[in-house]
Amino acid sequence: MISMNWVKDYVDLTGEDLKELAVKVTRGGLNVEDVITHHIDHLVVGEVLTCTPHPDSDHLNVCEVNVGEEILQIVCGASNVREGIKVIVALPGAILPGDFEIKKGRIRGVESNGMICAKFELGLEEKTEETYAAGITELGSDAVIGTDPLLYLGLDDTIYDLDYHKRRNNDVYYHIGFAYEVATVLNKRVTLPDSQYKESDDIKDYFSLSVETEKCPFYMAKMVRDVEIGESPDFIKQRLTSAGMRPINNVVDISNYVMLEYGQPMHFFDYDKLGKQVLVRDALDGESIVTLDGKSRDLTSKDIVITDGEKPVCIAGVMGGENTEVDEHTKTILIEAAIFNPVSIRTTAQRLDLRSEASIRYGKGLNYEYTIEAMNRACHLLEKYANGKVVGNHLLHDKVDKKEKIVDFEAKEINKLLGIVISDDEMKRELERLDFAYTYDAGKFHVTIPNRRLDVDPNIHDIAEEIGRFYGYENLVSTLPRVPIRKGEYAPDVKVRKEISKRLRSLGINECKSYTLTSPEMAETFKYDSMESIVLPNPMSIDKSVIRTSILPSLLNTYEYNKARKVSDICIYEIAKTYHKDYTETQKVAILMKGNYITNSWNQTSVKADFYVLRGIVENVLDYLGFKNRYAFEVDKEIKELHPGVSARILLDRKPIGIIGRIHPSLKKDEIYVCEIAINPLMSPVKPIKYKEASKYPEMIKDVAFVVENEITNAQLLEVIKKSGGRLLSEIEIFDIYRDIEAGKKSMAYKLTFKDDTRTLSDDEVMTVFNKIIEDVTSKMNAKLRG
Amino acid sequence: MEKLAESIMQDLMAELKLVTKTQELVELKAKYIGKSGRVTELTKNMRDLSPEERKSVGQIANKLKTEATDLIEGREKEMNNALLNEKLQNEVIDISLPSTKIPMGSPNILEKVIEEVEELFMSMGYDVVDGPEVEEDHFNFELLNIPKGHAARDAQDTFYIEGEEILLRSQTSPVQARTMLKGEGKVPIRMICPGKTYRRDDDDATHSHQFMQIEGLLVDKDISLCDLKGTFDVLAKKLFGESCKTRFRPSYYQFTEPSVETDISCFVCQGKGCSLCKNTGWITISGAGMVHPNVLRNCGYDPDVWTGFAFGFGAERCAMLKYGVNDLRVFYNTDLREMKNFDRKEGE
Repeated sequence: MISMNWVKDYVDLTGEDLKELAVKVTRGGLNVEDVITHHIDHLVVGEVLTCTPHPDSDHLNVCEVNVGEEILQIVCGASNVREGIKVIVALPGAILPGDFEIKKGRIRGVESNGMICAKFELGLEEKTEETYAAGITELGSDAVIGTDPLLYLGLDDTIYDLDYHKRRNNDVYYHIGFAYEVATVLNKRVTLPDSQYKESDDIKDYFSLSVETEKCPFYMAKMVRDVEIGESPDFIKQRLTSAGMRPINNVVDISNYVMLEYGQPMHFFDYDKLGKQVLVRDALDGESIVTLDGKSRDLTSKDIVITDGEKPVCIAGVMGGENTEVDEHTKTILIEAAIFNPVSIRTTAQRLDLRSEASIRYGKGLNYEYTIEAMNRACHLLEKYANGKVVGNHLLHDKVDKKEKIVDFEAKEINKLLGIVISDDEMKRELERLDFAYTYDAGKFHVTIPNRRLDVDPNIHDIAEEIGRFYGYENLVSTLPRVPIRKGEYAPDVKVRKEISKRLRSLGINECKSYTLTSPEMAETFKYDSMESIVLPNPMSIDKSVIRTSILPSLLNTYEYNKARKVSDICIYEIAKTYHKDYTETQKVAILMKGNYITNSWNQTSVKADFYVLRGIVENVLDYLGFKNRYAFEVDKEIKELHPGVSARILLDRKPIGIIGRIHPSLKKDEIYVCEIAINPLMSPVKPIKYKEASKYPEMIKDVAFVVENEITNAQLLEVIKKSGGRLLSEIEIFDIYRDIEAGKKSMAYKLTFKDDTRTLSDDEVMTVFNKIIEDVTSKMNAKLRG
Repeated sequence: MEKLAESIMQDLMAELKLVTKTQELVELKAKYIGKSGRVTELTKNMRDLSPEERKSVGQIANKLKTEATDLIEGREKEMNNALLNEKLQNEVIDISLPSTKIPMGSPNILEKVIEEVEELFMSMGYDVVDGPEVEEDHFNFELLNIPKGHAARDAQDTFYIEGEEILLRSQTSPVQARTMLKGEGKVPIRMICPGKTYRRDDDDATHSHQFMQIEGLLVDKDISLCDLKGTFDVLAKKLFGESCKTRFRPSYYQFTEPSVETDISCFVCQGKGCSLCKNTGWITISGAGMVHPNVLRNCGYDPDVWTGFAFGFGAERCAMLKYGVNDLRVFYNTDLREMKNFDRKEGE
């Protein structure tokens, strides 16, 4: 929150429309999210001329109020209303916070033409029991009747609510920093506030400082005596309130005021409680301190503490200790203005869950110049508003690297990066506007970046950003990079994934996306390749604590989600990366099918998803990828999530690449078929496509049926038939299976196609091969020819 | 003779009228124009006639044969047509019965958006690259100008796996770093890298611990912020239509300098102000900027020679805007009832 009344101290805003200015500032890259004004129309200073009890009430009063142009009758319920006081009057038409419009009306039968207000009713104070009991706000006798009471109260402020940019450094979120931003926008200059004060004596006679940690590059201490604790002057209270801080007393308020002014957090110790020295060091493991909020905090060696030489008196940058707190009896103050290691402060604040205005600022890094300025300013204000006597000299530990940030460049380099054209003269004006010191010599700029700009590094890109954001990105002209024409490609691992994905979609399978992180229970299923999962050491919740090794548990979840929504035919797939304990990555595709694959609701031609449909889809994809004749399915009864009689390993070039089968009925009762295949093996090279002419010679077809034992598989029979059929046997197609034709036996009927691409086959030679097949099958497979 | 021919014709016509079955017609055909049919009979004794008579009889017989054949074949055609018509009549189906449902295969909505973006950028010469989701801190942060302890790390609340070294990537930018390292500072780069990313966010309508980022990178010589603007214009028009306007605003990211936030004109109100754009007329889509010299240097590219731009945006946000989805979880639940609409080409 930035109070624009405050900013006016440093940069001339006469005649500026603050709403418009907010837009300009936003365009420059600092988001003013909201412009809050306290102004309320139809609010005037009024004087209570008469005050008589309401005839029909024991607490209301009927008042005659002079509001300048007229005298109004207003009914008022506050206990402190009385003749002669000056008050805030909301006239009919005024709209108070909460969209409460004041209207002429009657209260218990008596005419009332407005409302006498308290600050809390105007949104200027919190509504508490205390403020409610205090009644209406009484204005001083010097308030001019008929004028704006908020102006009189100094509450006519305009407040900018800044979008606190996580990524931007701490260089604009204080009033002087913001004033520089505004000055750049308006091309004006910043004047810094008065930091003069008188000194006597020497702090070194009273106090010593030592710093024994590298995490405190800068520590400055000064002493102020004889402070008188009391209320802050109105302007300090009002500005703190505007900036979102609650006024407490003059001394505490001054430390906050200076922080909001220079961005430098301050800490005040009660000198009498502190003792004779300050020692800054790393905290000890097991050490503890009771902080200002009365809570005991356990410290670790990662924290920085301020000690009195022995015990901690403050957690550096995070919160002060109760033992040295400034209270109403405090007489002498020791002021600390320091810079601590930002990472350390952030870590400590996070661990103790003590994020405050101060710790956030320390955590983003500080400019030592302002640390010194802030110290002086605090002394000035304590002298002026708390009657403090500043003790001469200071204690200082200073290990800050003061190397200047210098950039040398030519305007054309900036132009090239931004794609704009600005002349050297314009560049000079831009740098002056930014208040960056520079020298110029024959086209070369030599720029020193001010220390207050912690966010600007000495390189051309950073300068280009500063120039660009005030030049206005809306003035950029769109161009396209002048680069050679080429066609973009999918990287091989992406390409194979896309090919599979598109093929599966065209085969009517729907794509899913689910979460990589799963629950331990889910992660325990489908560990068919017996690999261990990665478990997050610090998960957000237990159901998202393990990195999955298989996609199938998630697909089953998606299945359940749809089943619960009465979707009966579910054909889904997902492609995702899975990880094993040793961080090896496997890209996998998983498919799940349940219900109908092809549906006709009335003529019984639906195709139900079963093992063979799913395998057909897998084969279709593998064939599409060019792997015809290179894959096989091998019975595997060991996959515990799959039906032992309906499950197989999928092999490519004889190596397992996945599994296929029906979900084990003990896992899911529904008839669900799934498969999961590792994708990377599918990146292996395949033969190019070649045209093959269809045979010109006739083919001969022979049917044959064998009676074999039930356990004999199609694959076993095929192997024998193929072998004895030799090169003339071009196709084998099973066309009938008849189970239990006799006890323990089944019949399997095949259509055999014989063909030679170079000539017509004779009946005799086909019969010779055909008979050999019958002979081999009957002898080797203990089969009988079916009559 | 002529009389005889005439009477044969009359008999034929009379009999034809009575024919109703194919078989009867076959018989009739034999009876008149078959080998020993009545018409053929006429010419039987031709040999015995004088040449003149032979000629006259021949003419009459031929004429009679042609006429009889035409008549019979005409009738044959008629009957065949009637049969076919009857058959067709019997084969009439109710075309209003429901069709056999050829299965639909919808893309995941996010993938649909990503594929659209990929297609566009590939046409402009960008490769599509992927990288590991379980990533090293070195690639996810350090090479990208976010050293250990940097405040920017707090903003990306990361899932760490092993100490502070191994993590679930919080952005897809490590793929950019890896691509640059592979280029060894020698070759220009044009790439995009859509992929899964992870941050410690509680899942709700607008937050997700897992989300899809689409990042792009171009490294070449003499690349300017205006080139980024032009490229972003092309993207915005592709995703949100030709009338889409774009706007850059200054912003702050660690791996780009200068950095911008990129807005598109609100496609609902055309910039007039509505609830979608919170009355600003603009919708923020992505973050972008010129690649930070430190990042170029860290990844082996000399910033004095090379410049480039990078951009990144969320597939979820795009999909939500483009298709009017108002809950992020839709993308990860896969309600097949909702997916139906997505198995089709994009509208105009």
